[in-house]
Order: sequence, then structure tokens, then C-alpha cells
Amino acid sequence: MSIRIDEELCTGCGACQASCPYGCIEIIDDKARITDECTLCGACVEECPVEAIILEREEIKAEKMDISQYKGVWVIAEHYNNKIHNVAFQLLGKGRELADVLKVNLSLVLLGDDFDDKLEELGQYGEDEIIYVKSKILKDYYSDLYVKTLTELIQENKPEIILIGATPTGRDFAPRVAKRLNAGLTADCTGLTIDLETRNLLQTRPTFGGNIMATIRTPSSRPQMSTVRPGIFKIAPKTNKKAKIRKINYDYKQKDSVTKIVKVISREKIKINLEEAEIIVSGGRGVKSKENWHIIEELAEILNAEVGGSRVTVELNWVDHDRQVGQTGKTVSPKLYIACGISGAIQHIVGMQGADIIIAINKDENAPIFKVAHYGIVGDLNKVIPALIEEIKKTKKDLKKNNL
Amino acid sequence: MDFSLTKKQQMIRKITREFSEEYIAHIAEESDQNSQLDPTVMKEMKRMKYFGTCIPEEYGGAGLHDDTISFCIITEEIGRIDASWSITTGVHCSVVAYPLYIFGTEEQKQEFLIPLAKGDKIGAFCITEANAGSDAGGVETNAYLDGDEWVINGSKIFATNGGIAETLLLVVKTGEKGRRKEFTVFIVDANTPGYSVGVREDKLGVRASNTSELVFQDMRVPKENDLGGIGKGFRIGLQILDYGRILMAAQCVGLGQAAIEASIKYANERVQFGQPIGKFQGIQWKIADMGVAVECSRLLTYQAAWMCDNKLDYGMIGSMAKLKASEAAMQATHDAVQIHGAYGLMKAYAVERYFRDAKMAEIYEGTSEIQRMVIAQKLLRRGY
Amino acid sequence: MKIFTCIKQVPGISDVKIDPKTNTLIREGIPSIMNPMDKNAIELALSIKEERGAEIIAISMGPPQAENVLLEALSMGADKAYLLTDRAFAGADTLATSHALALGIKKILKDSDSNEKYMVICGTQAIDGDTAQVGPELAEDLDIPQITYVQKFELKGDDKVIAERAFRSEEIVVIETKLPVLISVLKEINTPRFPSMLGIVNAYKKKKVVFLDAEALKAEKAYIGLTGSKTEVFKIFIPERKGEHVKLTGTIEEMVKTLCQNLKEDKIF
Repeated sequence: MSIRIDEELCTGCGACQASCPYGCIEIIDDKARITDECTLCGACVEECPVEAIILEREEIKAEKMDISQYKGVWVIAEHYNNKIHNVAFQLLGKGRELADVLKVNLSLVLLGDDFDDKLEELGQYGEDEIIYVKSKILKDYYSDLYVKTLTELIQENKPEIILIGATPTGRDFAPRVAKRLNAGLTADCTGLTIDLETRNLLQTRPTFGGNIMATIRTPSSRPQMSTVRPGIFKIAPKTNKKAKIRKINYDYKQKDSVTKIVKVISREKIKINLEEAEIIVSGGRGVKSKENWHIIEELAEILNAEVGGSRVTVELNWVDHDRQVGQTGKTVSPKLYIACGISGAIQHIVGMQGADIIIAINKDENAPIFKVAHYGIVGDLNKVIPALIEEIKKTKKDLKKNNL
Repeated sequence: MDFSLTKKQQMIRKITREFSEEYIAHIAEESDQNSQLDPTVMKEMKRMKYFGTCIPEEYGGAGLHDDTISFCIITEEIGRIDASWSITTGVHCSVVAYPLYIFGTEEQKQEFLIPLAKGDKIGAFCITEANAGSDAGGVETNAYLDGDEWVINGSKIFATNGGIAETLLLVVKTGEKGRRKEFTVFIVDANTPGYSVGVREDKLGVRASNTSELVFQDMRVPKENDLGGIGKGFRIGLQILDYGRILMAAQCVGLGQAAIEASIKYANERVQFGQPIGKFQGIQWKIADMGVAVECSRLLTYQAAWMCDNKLDYGMIGSMAKLKASEAAMQATHDAVQIHGAYGLMKAYAVERYFRDAKMAEIYEGTSEIQRMVIAQKLLRRGY
Repeated sequence: MKIFTCIKQVPGISDVKIDPKTNTLIREGIPSIMNPMDKNAIELALSIKEERGAEIIAISMGPPQAENVLLEALSMGADKAYLLTDRAFAGADTLATSHALALGIKKILKDSDSNEKYMVICGTQAIDGDTAQVGPELAEDLDIPQITYVQKFELKGDDKVIAERAFRSEEIVVIETKLPVLISVLKEINTPRFPSMLGIVNAYKKKKVVFLDAEALKAEKAYIGLTGSKTEVFKIFIPERKGEHVKLTGTIEEMVKTLCQNLKEDKIF
């Protein structure tokens, strides 16, 4: 097992160097060279335009798997308090797409108890069948019982693709099932497509903290398992079609599980600090007064965001010191940063330019903040923010309707 | 010749840097303004064994008594974040705990060294008096023997850690033979009757570190509490200060390092005339000079530490290190303020604090002038 | 009792930056660090040790340089450290990684020739791969129960394990099981201690990292490294960053509407 470069073919173009996430490729005398730190991840192999990088796997004596025996796409549902987690419907939407490309059936697998009278309605999301494993104890999640049941079902039915929500529950049983089946599993996928020629599932996921994306495949074994990040795919549209229902009764007892659920407790909302916030709404001098600061807080509340402030707002005591963003305050990198009435002095910009999306609301159309903002609104924040709050409410309501 | 740090030393640097950034950095400005050492940091520093760095494990320390380079790295890394803390631990370890380890009797070590090394008690070394600054021979605090006890009268000023110390090393005059004065170092428990803390100084820099006046009125100290012998105080005192000087140099390396890092960041981010100011030659030259100055002082400091660990006479190199490092820190922090422009004058920017802290280092633990005098005397006597 | 803590050396990705001109990773000066959640795992092991006594064994699979993170673990207070290192382990996906770790743990248990109870503590996930798969796969390989996403843990009596598992944003489930067990911890579970200076000095003076290669583990090639991996990287690319700077136009109502539409597409809602 090794990686090597065919020096005859290598043109020293450097494409591989740019693709290596570990920085293990050097170009010396117009030829690529792989250093000892290489992890054999294989990212460079596909990048090479002249196919000069060869990743050799040792031929294993173990018998080759006949992957053609595996057919069908499965979605595993997760539920709590007798309610199916939304991600299952999102996976049904994506699963239908994949199944259609492969021309196979789509199944929803549900392990639970009290779902009998809900199955008909559940069967309207595009799946061809529902496999319903019924057992009293399965109204709750038991890691080992899920693993046992699913492994047996998979061994018996041989689906080629299994999609699981990348929730703490999905990510608890999926790896264990994969290990028991000796199957490939890709975590927390955000993109799924089919390479029809090989029927391989191409699974794209963020890695290195989202700095790079990797596409993973499972070329020589089946099933191909993925956990999929919730909220990425659209919920399957409801149809009039009705899925076939296969009900399997399991007679599990408490003693069949090595674990026992003692209780479920609700936890208080966790206070997060600014550096870890996903959304930050920040105000600046343009807010004008402490009395008016509530407008920033209202916008933050509707977005479930943390409140930040420019230096001047902290000095004027409109907002706490530990919420200051900028050179002398916190450096933040949220998914969304909304700068309201902040002109955008460099001292502020260095603290927030790492945000994925920056929105600026400012009266002065020449304010430097617009140079870093992805979306800029020129206007009086006292008018823009209330309108924005209304629109967000509306958008969220529509989305909720869409998500059941 | 090998300039690389050992793996252990690299780990010590990494951990001390992470620790300082996590526990001290966020509170350094506040500590400076309130002139207070934060109690949470104090507790954690004790747990980290920063109060017993250069003391063997059997006396409650971290076991770096034979690795002064590591001690320097620690002092440097703490000083990079807050010089008030590096001087507090630096003084405690180098001129109180370490001399007890080197010169103390086994009984003294058991009684005084262990609580110091564990950080249960803070130590101070007191030599300076109103009429004895650079000229340490002017010490007037005196002691006379009365039965089994020495009776001490006098006062000390500018004692680092003075107001928070529970164990002190006191340089005291114990006799006078004609023009020749005899000095002795005494180990004093701050709970001794007759001991009191006078004025706490309000300083330009290292403001969170405690600098106090100490007063002794008929303070009775047990006879066996002399360190290293009666009348040996001057020689021992100089040796103690020689060692301490290396750590003061290390602290200055940390300050200079902090100044450069802040300047590089600012020069790359601050845009004027359409480009980052780091693109202007005027700024580039400053950055280059800062780098050279700090790297020179680091090399001299580590050299002195290395000589110390290898039992070589490091006195002159230690003086050179202290002189170079304090002046380099002064230059680097001065330039750092200049690079930051008006922002550099503001308390919200740490360079303002670095600048004030660096000035202190040119004066305490032997002024630059005294270091030059010592170096020159040695060079003129021995040649080079 | 033996407590195994699984450690991974990872690139300090919070320092990773993208070169906006070439759209590639700037790797210069990125330090290798101990995966942050693994520190929580060690901290938990140390607190169990302080409470009831235990031998803490840190174990890692990686290149020889990963010795550094194990030395850090020893400095924190782990008693022993093992590094599984061999070119034959390279290119492993989570399946192959968990197998090597399981072989390592089984070998250490066997060589110690005692019947003491044991447990394995892992960080829930590593910051480079973020898969959270090695823990459960390792538990499966060792054939022991697992509790993942643990934010509170208690050992009662001889072998009773009680753990709080964060399984939904609003709820925590309290689970009970028995040793041996594998738990994967979240960073909320504790605040990892920094190794004290004494800890570092003693780690380098008195302890050492034991290197084990594929042969020492009697590993079958078909289950380790690249050959033992079922998944493979097909391609790696830098996600497109939002580059454009748009000033929205129209009335306020129109502008906020466009904005929300865009945010919806950006998956903010």
C-alpha cells in the first residue's frame, strides 16, 4: 500500500499541491514529491490532470463483495415523544431523488411503538414502503437495540444506500451498525449525488472546521451509509401515493438492553459566548442612544442571536464590555453578522471579517462597512430593522409551515 | 553548538503560553488599572507550580532547579502576557525560594522553602532602603543579638511582593569593623511581632505587582534564621541578585515579544493612504529593529541561563542579558506605541501598558547604569 | 481499574486560513495540537482517578510526531501512553482506525494480565474530521456498551455507570449501564486542567511513550490503514466563499424581502 508519482507523466503543474489538505506535496525540479507526512487520503489522485499519482492498495485475499446484490435506498427515522424528527422527511426528499436515479425503491425504516395509526400519513412522502419494527421498548431510543435490529434488517434486505440524520442519536447508532456490517460510513454529509456508472454514492461533507469540503465514496463495498446534516435538504412534498407497509413485531424486553434510561431532563438554555455564537447582531454609533438600543436586542432575539457592539457603544455603556467586537474586543466568526449603524473602522472590521455572511445597515452609503458586507442596505436603521423583523417573522412562519 | 530547545522545554513554552493566554490575558488590563493581582489567577498559578519553578520536587517545587532555560521560558511567556505576574513569580522563585534551596539548612528548607515552593506563602527579598539603592552598602537596617534572638530595627522600601509576602529574606547590617560593614541575610516570617507593612507604592508600570515599604521595630528573629552564615550577607546577596537578573532579563524578552507581535498585527491591518502601514518603510525599519533587539536579548538570556545550569560563571553575561533585554524591551515597546499612533496611547491597547512596564525594567533589579558599571569593571579587570 | 483515553493529534484548524487569491489552504505555521475534546476525556479520567484510583492509559494512532500529544497527556497526569504508529496504518478511515485502537487496547489488557475492570473515554469528535464515528466503532469492536455525547458522568459502587447524554437541544437523557463501557464526552463535561510544570518535568523524566507497530498488534492488513478502509476520499475542494458585495435596492420592504430570500438560500433560517 503506497502512493507514488509517475515522473514520466508528471508535468509539475502543482494541481495536486493545491489539493492536499495536509500540505504534503512539494514541487521539486518540476516534479511533484510526496513527503512522509502523507496520510494517503487520496485527495490528490483525482486532481491530477495527467493521472500521474497512483495510490496502490494491496490486494487483499478476502473475497470480493458482490455489490450488485444490494438494491434500494433506506432512510432511518428517528423520533422522540412519538414525533418523527424532521430530518427523516428531508432525507425522504433526497432519498427519492437518489432512488429515481438508481431506479430502485425507497424505504422508510421506523423503529418504535405507537405509530400504527400514523403509518398511512407517514407513507405519503414519496417512499415506496415503510418498514415498521414495532416493540414496546422502542418508544425510546436504545443504542444497542437499534444497532441489533438495524443490522439484522440490513443483512436480510441488503439496501445499497442508508441515510440517517446526523443527530446525536443517528451519530450514536450509525457507526456501530457500520462497524458490525463492516460497511463504509460517511459522517455529517451536506451533499449527496450518484455516479450512475458505478452506482456509487458521492457524499460531500465539510471537514477541517468547514474550511474544506471532501467528497467521499465507498467504491467496493455495500451498503453505503451516510449520516446527513439536518436542515440541508428540502422536506419531501406530500403526495397521494401510499407506501406499502411492512410491520415486524419484535418482543424486546428491558433486559435485552445493556443500558437503562433513568430519566429525561429538560435543560436550561445554554448561554454561549460571543466567539461561539452562530449569529451576531451588532450595533454602532448609528443606534444613537441607549434608549434606542432595544431595537438591536429585538432583532437579535428573533434570530436567536447574540448581541454585539462596536467600541463606542461599549464606552457609552449601551452594551456590556464583553460584547465588544473588534481589535480591543472579541474576534468573532459567526455564520451571520449583522452590523447596524456601524461605519466599519478597521478596528471593528478585524474583529468580524471572518463571518460567513455579513449584512450592513447604514445611513451613509459611503461607509466602509459596505466594502466587507455581502448584503448592504442603505437606510435608517430605525426603519429598516422593524421591517426586517417583520419579514424574518414571515419567512420563519412560511418555513415552519413547510416543515409541518 | 545547538540552539534548539529540548522537547520538554518546547512543551513548557507551549503550555505556559496557552495558560497565560487563557487565564491572564483577559484580565491584564483590569489588573493594571486596579493595581491588583487577580485571586483566581493566583490560585491557578500556584497549581501550575509557577511559584516553585526552580525548586526540586522533594521540596514542593516543579523540579526545574537544573533547567534555568525552562525557568526563563516560563518567565518570558508569562511576561509576554502580563509583566506584573512574571515579576511576582520571578522574584518569589529566583531571589527567595531558590536562595533558600541553595544556602538554606535542611531545617530551614523544611520550614520555609516548602510552603514557598508550593505557593502557600509568597516571598520577598528586601535589600533596598531609602539610602541604599544602587549602593547596597548603604543598608542601615540593623540587628543585634539578644540571647537566642536577633533584634532587627529599620525599614526597607520598594520591596517587590513586600505587602503580600509571608516569608522574607532581609539583608541586614549585623556589625561594623572600622569602615567595613558586615551584612547578614535573615529569613523572616511576616507574622513576627514588630513587623509591619508601610506604604504600598503606586507605580508607573507593573502596577498589579505589589511594591511596599516594610518596617521593623524590635522585631525578634530566632538565632538560627540566618541564611548562609552571619556576616556572609553581602556575598550571598550578590549571588542571589546575579541569579534573579537572568529572570528579569527573561521577563523583558517576553515584553519585547509582546510588543513585536502587537506591532506586526497592527501594521498588517491598519490601512492609511490606501495600504497597510506595514508597507511603509518607516514602519518596516521599526519592526526589523524590534526583531533584532528582542532576538539579541533572548540569545543573551538563554546563554546566561545555560551557563548557570552548566556551573559556569555567568555573572557578567547575566548583567549583559539584563541590560540588553530591558533596553530592548524599552525600545520595542516605544516603537510599538509609535506604530500604533494615537491608539497606542490608549489604555484599550495593550502596548500602552507594555511601554510603562518596560520602563520599570530599566531601573529595578539594578539600573542600566549599574549593569554597565559591573560589566565594565569585569571587562577592564579581566580583559575580553 | 484501567481507563483508556483515546487521543488524536490534529491540525490547529482555528488557525487555518484560506488564501483568497489562490483559494487554497494556507498551511504555513499551523501547529499540531491535541484534539480539544480529548483533553476533556483525560480530565474526566483524572477526576475518576483522584476519586477512586485508576490507571490512566492514553492511546493514539498516528505518525511518530503524535508522540507530542501523548507526552502532553502524560504531563496532564496519564500514567502510560501508547502510540500505534506504522505506515501500514496510514490512510485509515474511521473503521480501520477504530480497529487499530481496539487491537491496541486488547493487547494492553492482555499483557497486563489482570482482570481489573476497564473503561474507554474518547472526545466525541475531532476538530479536523468531525466524524464522531471512531468512539462507537471502537466500542463495537471491543464489544462493550457505549454512551456518546456525555456531558456528565458518575461511577457508582463497583461498576455502575450513570451518564447524562445530550441528545436533543432541549433534552438530556440519563443512562445507566455497567463497566466496561466506552463513553464519548462533550466539552461541557469539565474544564481540562493545564499540565503543571511538575507534571511536564515528570512526564519527560519518568514516563515514556511506548510505540506499537502493526506487527506488535498482530494486525491483519485487510482491516487496517488504507486497505482496511471502506470509504475513500474522491476529491477535496475549498467551498466557495461569498465574495460579492451587493447593495440592495428598492424600498425598505423590497430590500428586506430580498435579504430574507437570500438568507433562506444561505440556510441561515
